[in-house]
Amino acid sequence: MNRVRITLRVNGEEQEVLFHSYKTLLEVLREELNLTGTKHGCELGECGACAVLMDGEPVLSCLELALECEGRQVETVEGLQRGSELHPLQAAFADLGGTQCGYCTPGILMTAKALLEKEPNPSRERIREAISGNLCRCTGYQQITESIEEAAKRMREAA
Amino acid sequence: MMRLPWFEWRSPRSIAEAAKILAGEGPQAMLIAGGTDLIPNMKRRHQSPKTLVSLRRVPELKKRNGALGAGLTLSELVHDDTVRAQYRGLWQAAAQVATVHLRNMGTLGGNLCLDTRCTYYNQNHEWRKAIDFCLKKDGDICWVATASKRCVAVSSTDTAPALIALGAKVELVSAQGEREVPLAALYNNDGIDYLTRRADEILTEVRVPQGWTSSYWKLRRRGAFDFPVLGVAAAVKLERDGTVAEARLALGAAASRPFLVEKAGEFLKGKRLTDEVIAEAGAIVAARAKPMDNTDLDLYWRKDVAAAFLGYALREVRGDDMRATRLRIARQAL
Amino acid sequence: MSATAKTRFEVLGKPRRRVDGRAKVTGLTKFADDIVLPRMLHMKLLRSPHPHAEIESIDVAKAAALPGVHLVLTGKDFPVAFGILPVSQDEYPLANAKVRYIGDPVAAVVATDEQTAWEACELIDVKYRPLATISNSEEALATPEPRIHEHGERGNIHRLQAFEFGDVDAALEKSAHVFEDLFFYEGNTHLPIEQHAAVAAPDGEGKLTLWSSTQVPHYIHRALARALRMNAAHIRVIACPNGGGFGGKCDLHNHEIVVSRAALRLGRPVKICLNREEVFYMHRGRHPVLMRMRTGVTKEGKLTGMHVQTLLDGGGYGGYGAASTFYTGVLQTVTYELPRYKFDACRTFTNKPPCGPKRGHGTPQPRFGQEVQLDKIAEFLKKDPAELRLGMVAKSDSLTANWLKIGSIGLDECIRRVVALSDWNKRYRKLPEGQGLGIACGAYLCGAGLPIYWNRMPQSGVQLLLDRSGQVTAFCGATEIGQGSDDVLAAIIAEVLGIDPYDVRLVTGDTGLTPVDLGSYSSRVTVMMGNAAIQAAERLKAQIAEAAAEQLMIIPQRVAFSQGRVFFADDPAKGMTFAEAVVFAETKFGTLGAVGSYVPPRAPGRYKGAGVGPSPAYSYTACVVEAEVDKATGWVSIPKVWIAHDIGRTVNPVLARGQVEGSVYMALGEALMEEQVFRRLPAKLSGALVHKFPSLLEYKSLTSLDMPEVVTELVEYPDPNCPFGAKEVGQGPLLPVMPAVANAIYDAVGVRIDELPITPDKVLKALELKAAGKTPRVGPDAFPQVPYPKPMFVPPPWEGGDGNEVKRHDAAAVV
Repeated sequence: MNRVRITLRVNGEEQEVLFHSYKTLLEVLREELNLTGTKHGCELGECGACAVLMDGEPVLSCLELALECEGRQVETVEGLQRGSELHPLQAAFADLGGTQCGYCTPGILMTAKALLEKEPNPSRERIREAISGNLCRCTGYQQITESIEEAAKRMREAA
Repeated sequence: MMRLPWFEWRSPRSIAEAAKILAGEGPQAMLIAGGTDLIPNMKRRHQSPKTLVSLRRVPELKKRNGALGAGLTLSELVHDDTVRAQYRGLWQAAAQVATVHLRNMGTLGGNLCLDTRCTYYNQNHEWRKAIDFCLKKDGDICWVATASKRCVAVSSTDTAPALIALGAKVELVSAQGEREVPLAALYNNDGIDYLTRRADEILTEVRVPQGWTSSYWKLRRRGAFDFPVLGVAAAVKLERDGTVAEARLALGAAASRPFLVEKAGEFLKGKRLTDEVIAEAGAIVAARAKPMDNTDLDLYWRKDVAAAFLGYALREVRGDDMRATRLRIARQAL
Repeated sequence: MSATAKTRFEVLGKPRRRVDGRAKVTGLTKFADDIVLPRMLHMKLLRSPHPHAEIESIDVAKAAALPGVHLVLTGKDFPVAFGILPVSQDEYPLANAKVRYIGDPVAAVVATDEQTAWEACELIDVKYRPLATISNSEEALATPEPRIHEHGERGNIHRLQAFEFGDVDAALEKSAHVFEDLFFYEGNTHLPIEQHAAVAAPDGEGKLTLWSSTQVPHYIHRALARALRMNAAHIRVIACPNGGGFGGKCDLHNHEIVVSRAALRLGRPVKICLNREEVFYMHRGRHPVLMRMRTGVTKEGKLTGMHVQTLLDGGGYGGYGAASTFYTGVLQTVTYELPRYKFDACRTFTNKPPCGPKRGHGTPQPRFGQEVQLDKIAEFLKKDPAELRLGMVAKSDSLTANWLKIGSIGLDECIRRVVALSDWNKRYRKLPEGQGLGIACGAYLCGAGLPIYWNRMPQSGVQLLLDRSGQVTAFCGATEIGQGSDDVLAAIIAEVLGIDPYDVRLVTGDTGLTPVDLGSYSSRVTVMMGNAAIQAAERLKAQIAEAAAEQLMIIPQRVAFSQGRVFFADDPAKGMTFAEAVVFAETKFGTLGAVGSYVPPRAPGRYKGAGVGPSPAYSYTACVVEAEVDKATGWVSIPKVWIAHDIGRTVNPVLARGQVEGSVYMALGEALMEEQVFRRLPAKLSGALVHKFPSLLEYKSLTSLDMPEVVTELVEYPDPNCPFGAKEVGQGPLLPVMPAVANAIYDAVGVRIDELPITPDKVLKALELKAAGKTPRVGPDAFPQVPYPKPMFVPPPWEGGDGNEVKRHDAAAVV
């Protein structure tokens, strides 16, 4: 069976990882690097639960061959906070009901992070568009949208 | 967790190198760009290529001067102001493919070569075992039309009808050489053999004529994720007085290929886009839609609304303010 | 208890970060599939490709020989049948002789990795002898043989129930008008984004620990002991936080038993995580229900009597089905004054994944019918549908026709709120063609009155442990499924003890450590766990108060607890920190701990069957939906929803609003697009009956772009049976939304869609019927012959009797 060894850069840290070559980034993150914050709901690109950032853009780790990721910057939910301080998005989601069961949350947080880095003051419509690739069965999205708006506000005020 | 089968992986740095690998590996090799179509299919064991030839590291596929590189992601197209201004229909189509994440990964070439879809086919291996498989893969009967000798899986690309309406051509490159074909000619009306592209050819770029006013309307259940269950594209050139000089109308997700409804284009020529003319063109186009019971939503209803969707497209190119309708149908401003 | 009389709160009612919020946003919350143990193996199940077949033989030799395979299990390894209800022990962890739906598990492979286990499953050779496929209720009624199960009423009828509370036919005869309608509600599923996962591992003593995405660890614990023929004291079930439940994780699932057996056999940890297709096969979701409703009204529009008949398509096993069957009838009486009521219910077995409880368990279907029918009644009587409802809202502190005890009811207030918010009086019937408003109401349980197995023990227990540092640890079997049960537990304890909820350490959902709580289902947790928590906290508080009083030289009754301090109520400066008070209390009483528990009040009904429906309290909701309908295509858009929910008392408004909005979300899916439907392949060519689209792509769940703005109002009518008056909020708000959508579509374009989901093709068809001058309605037009039994006759409370069955003189009035 073919195992391959590559160097991945995840949340700013370089790691050498040895894995079965068929594995997607999702499998390598969860099963080889024990970064289980990234979730999975279908493994077919139909829910958005496994979203991570690749060179700053939200992508689905379930459809990304780990082999393709060498030399690229991968960011997961584990890399969001700074020390013990939550990222403003994390804080707002926890405060305002943006997370209920918490299962779609990591994917949405990463997607929202990419949005706010490009658009610090997005309209409610833009937020809804940005997270429309992340299914959430709990919230009805309204408190998620409000959490992102609040985080954007807090980030603008801090900037 | 759904997992991929084993495969060899190659990552060429140029089109020539990729073409050479394809020539050497034969039909056991498959190209992979964004992977958003092929990876789920492989996880469901629709395709189990011996070798995957990645196009991710081929910079030539990213060009956008004069032609659109097949390796441009759908997001790159959506964020390209030139595309938005000059090829409105293409922009609207690309912006409605799947989701933000999938557009960040999926490419223009990949969307044009998208595997045909069918609710008897886009299922896990275990599910397909329960129906003893189907004509398209591992079986010998088409469960959509049991008497059919032909697979009726549905062409589900959004960008192809938009580009066919715009009169686009595509470049196909192999170790033997290159050829340019009209995009419409890339497709067969056959759910299995749906592309005229040879297994050793790489779709490298799309050449799109300028000067058309275009529009694309997509029917699907939700504002994201869903493949089209009807796609209507219109491109027109209007005289100063509003008379149609040229018109090209194309349908997607209405057969195993996207296609141009030439009769409707001919019909519009020389006419003004009045409501009556639009309704008549709609009837011509709707007559050509042949939906089957193998996608989301009721098939008869999908045929019923084809005329209405063509009406939306033609009203938009006529200059009507379609924003409210667009918001209701697409759930977003486009 | 004194706490329920409290009216000023320090914790309750204030928007607050949920206590488990930080873990959820950092990715630290450990869901079942996030658990990784040393030497862990992976399991896959081989499932039946036939909807109905006998197993002739299973050959596992090739699979067992594949390198990397550690164990192959089949039905022979599991001789004991199981089932979540004592009355339906009709399932086997792996099929023993027969399979009953495509997806029924047949064998299991444990291997070093999931890929190898999958490959090995493909090498198992199972020979089947196919049996006739039974696709739906009508076929089940018409096809008594072959029987899917040997148990049940007869043929392929699983359950028949019939109850009559007062002579309904006589009431209808005397009514000014009688309305008869047929409705159909298609089945749909929970679709939690987390796929079910379970990890089983033997511990150092050889005892079993099972981590699972379950809503009911206590029931799993009991069932595992039985299925594995093992001492329950040697089994520990830990409910991991669920990545969404909605009722789909409250049955006992095959894989939970099989993975446990595998771990015990191999002496090492084994994990299974289902894929999405398998989650659709687990199902236990909304039953497809065909309904007939006959309702009588007076000229003024007061209800005189109602007769509801339901026919449920149950799928391949019993599961919770017997309870679901009851629930299609029992809660029709708690919303409006209804003098007489009769309901007949029938559940059939079919060759599909079994149905069960989904948010609202059995009640959304008849609620849809009732609320749409009321809209038709209002239309006929030329009355405003909001006024019609306001005129007949059930009374607080009353009994219903079927002997359910209603406590507080804030439904009229809810109706008035949504009417005001939506500007109903100016807009209903007055919007331009193509736009409309619809109203509907609903009611739901705050916990089922009885547990699923007969006992009079507490339904929830809370244990508190007090460390001398002042740290409070709460132990409770309740399960966090996203709804916020951990937050409710911390909040209630903090409210009683006057401390910060974040200072309460929680251990929940662990049968090895926590007192029994029956689980997160039937909206029972806030009420039952909350009452148990109050009792435990009050007991501790009394001890602390006594010790503090001694120090302060006051009487214990004047000791107050607030903001982490314990002090003299009449002179707050005179006091100490909570931690100091704990030290005095521990010095005085020894190690400090307390338990509290809760048993719901006995229901007044005495007839056989009176056990389903009673609840400590009922929540109430009213909803107005705005709809836009395109007349050319039938395309429906929902721009806005207003909803008011009588929650009794709000614990944390952020979470409460989230529950309401989430209910609206799920309800709109059910109203417009979600359906768990199956394809029967042409019978001449195949016996297959397949789930049409077991995927997240084709099972349509609304995205953020499809979700309208929701305006939520929380109405507080505290119920005396509830902790601080707090009622449920997780399920009730779903109920009125579907009928409100249907009613809004009628207001918009004048067509009735009497079945769910309301897809645009149905709307267009009804519009075409309207244009052709025919009845503008799409919905079921026939109800099959169902052999409902002679109903049990129970006079309603106002017609005498004591809640028992009486023999009826008029035996002819049997349908």
